[in-house]
Amino acid sequence: MTTLTDPPKESFRLSMLIYDSRYRSMTIQIVALIAVLTLIGWLISNTAQNLADLGKQPSFSFLGESAGYDINQRLIDYENQDSHLRAAFVGLLNTLLVAFMGCIAATLVGVFVGVLRLSNNWVVARLMTIYVEMFRNVPVLLWIILVMAILIETLPAPRAFRGETPEASMMLGDSVAFTNRGFYVPEPLFSRGIGDVHLFGEAALRFDVSLDLIAVVATFIAGLLISGLITRRADRIQAATGDRPRTWHWKAAVIVIPTVAVLAILGFYLGKPELQGFNFAGGTHMRNSLIALWLALSLYTAAFIAEIVRAGILAISKGQTEAAAALGLRQRRIMSLVVLPQALRVIIPPLISQYLNLTKNSSLAIAVGYMDITGTLMGITLNQTGRELETILIGMLIYLTISLTISFVMNLYNDAVKLRER
Amino acid sequence: MKKTFILGALTVAAMSAGAASAATLDDVKARGKLECGVNTGLVGFAAPDANGRWEGFDAAYCRAVAAAVLGDPDAVEFVPLTTKTRFTALAAAEVDVLSRNTTWTFSRDVDLKFEFVGVNYYDGQGFMAPKNLGVSSAKELDGATVCIQTGTTTELNLADFFRANNISYEPVPIETNAEGQTQYLAGACDVYTTDASGLAATRATFEDPSAHVILPEIISKEPLGPLVRHGDPEWGDIARWTLNALIAAEELGVTSANIEELAAGSDNPEINRLLGTEGNLGEMLGLEADWAKNAIMAGGNYGEIFAKTIGESTPIGLARGLNAQWKDGGILYVPPFR
Repeated sequence: MTTLTDPPKESFRLSMLIYDSRYRSMTIQIVALIAVLTLIGWLISNTAQNLADLGKQPSFSFLGESAGYDINQRLIDYENQDSHLRAAFVGLLNTLLVAFMGCIAATLVGVFVGVLRLSNNWVVARLMTIYVEMFRNVPVLLWIILVMAILIETLPAPRAFRGETPEASMMLGDSVAFTNRGFYVPEPLFSRGIGDVHLFGEAALRFDVSLDLIAVVATFIAGLLISGLITRRADRIQAATGDRPRTWHWKAAVIVIPTVAVLAILGFYLGKPELQGFNFAGGTHMRNSLIALWLALSLYTAAFIAEIVRAGILAISKGQTEAAAALGLRQRRIMSLVVLPQALRVIIPPLISQYLNLTKNSSLAIAVGYMDITGTLMGITLNQTGRELETILIGMLIYLTISLTISFVMNLYNDAVKLRER
Repeated sequence: MKKTFILGALTVAAMSAGAASAATLDDVKARGKLECGVNTGLVGFAAPDANGRWEGFDAAYCRAVAAAVLGDPDAVEFVPLTTKTRFTALAAAEVDVLSRNTTWTFSRDVDLKFEFVGVNYYDGQGFMAPKNLGVSSAKELDGATVCIQTGTTTELNLADFFRANNISYEPVPIETNAEGQTQYLAGACDVYTTDASGLAATRATFEDPSAHVILPEIISKEPLGPLVRHGDPEWGDIARWTLNALIAAEELGVTSANIEELAAGSDNPEINRLLGTEGNLGEMLGLEADWAKNAIMAGGNYGEIFAKTIGESTPIGLARGLNAQWKDGGILYVPPFR
């Protein structure tokens, strides 16, 4: 006879939290969570307690107070009576400017160097190796300071441009001046401009956008779209008949002619810088702090991007190139149709983190006196108001937002180019 | 029993933790060293000499405090701080006293929660320009590029000055004096602005100091002095009266040369009280009776320190001016020692 015994009904005992593998991992996680939360809570309460002891209650009201200091590089109107918030906004735009310029330059240089490192030409490949190793292995702060020192010490002061026989002279038909205070280049101006649009009224985040610029850019983009349509039509014809019509002159025409027409209507001309008083006046002044920071950050990051690009290209097996060549594709089309589309999915994820690095490294700007968000909000404002905790918190939040935005946008791009598996 | 013991221990620990944050004097004594925040390097005020020993007007004050508290003028750890890091370092108790040509302003005293213990140098903000620039007044500086240290009162004064005179300028923010010097000498800025004493000190290090002029305008009041944290009045008293002792010593004619003789007893009761042969001023401060004697012997009285570090016989060559004793036409006037 067989006896069937039910497994004993287990009642839950406390010790099972540790000895029963069904619950153990959860127990450990909850304990760890409580410990971490306690630590954070203790840090916060300790900070609050210490600040209270010092008589400094956290407060953000200083943001509305008048800043009192001047900022040299302003992308928006600002004067020293504006609020600290406005000053922080000016700094934020400066951060974004150098990060944007830096990412573009770093990508261009990086791709160029990365491809050349694979060159069959021994000299070129070695030169690129030297470049990469040199920039990658020295801290970026030193590069920033070095570039700044070179700009300051080698270029002439504006004073040298003065007098009957000046020691230095302007270039490109007296329109560009390289001085040790930065580069003075012509600025685009519109004699029949349609003015600016003022956003946000009188608020601290008010912002002027030039309608002229919008008009020109919109026309240009419209031209690009139309040229895209032309390409698509050419594709259709090629698919139907096998003959690809010649389109480049149409494409050039739809991009160039409307843009030039809009420029002419708005009365476009270049305002040249001129020596006036102590400095050059007119034109756009690219300060040497911006140039030093931009160059150093881009060249430094480009060294990393070059390696990423090289790795991406090497990841595509040589057989694919040879197969494409066997099909009769030309070198350029092998690159653009076979190698790059596959290489990009290897390249883009690490590229995102290089963009983030560049943006965060731009906070070294104060070393050359570039007034970014670290220099304004977390520098002068912090000093004048003594609000260390508040300014640093805002600063961290801003960098976090910028970085997450960059990741988000680049991830969208990554999704667009990644290999579609069927 | 056991529980009571634990509770008792906790109470004691809590109390001692509360007390530790207040008594800077005990901390300094226990450490055997004074942590003193100074400039990262401004010749004459605070800079390491060829042997790495910190010397200068501000550094001498640190040594005097160390001598008063610990009896040893060399028991000082000098902490070089930039204009940006100085207040955070003091607030976070990384230094016990900040002696770093810092201007006494309302907001620093009240809002930043510091306690200025006096003024050791009455200064004002000035401009320095190369002679060949041909500028004779700061009001001619319309459109000029001005090098300026960030995070200082000078930044705000500069903005005010140019706004009041309705002229424009281009600020070039820099982080340290050395960096400002490089930019100024290379012509990357037309003029350099900071406190007049700092300008003189900077100019003294130039290859050809005579090629640079300090413009006549002094655009602000900059009373420079040492400061301590809020919330420890006893320590503030020690810092304040050490400074006062140095100034009073000059007024009373106590010098490092005659101090031993005077400390044996003199006819002037105020000197006796200062040097601890009469009364118990040292005890009131929680220090030894000869605290002021030690402080004065560390580097001499105020006048001696001034002459040795930044006075007219030094390369920096600052005149006493406002910083003379009140009897000599200056505004140094210390409260009496009684």
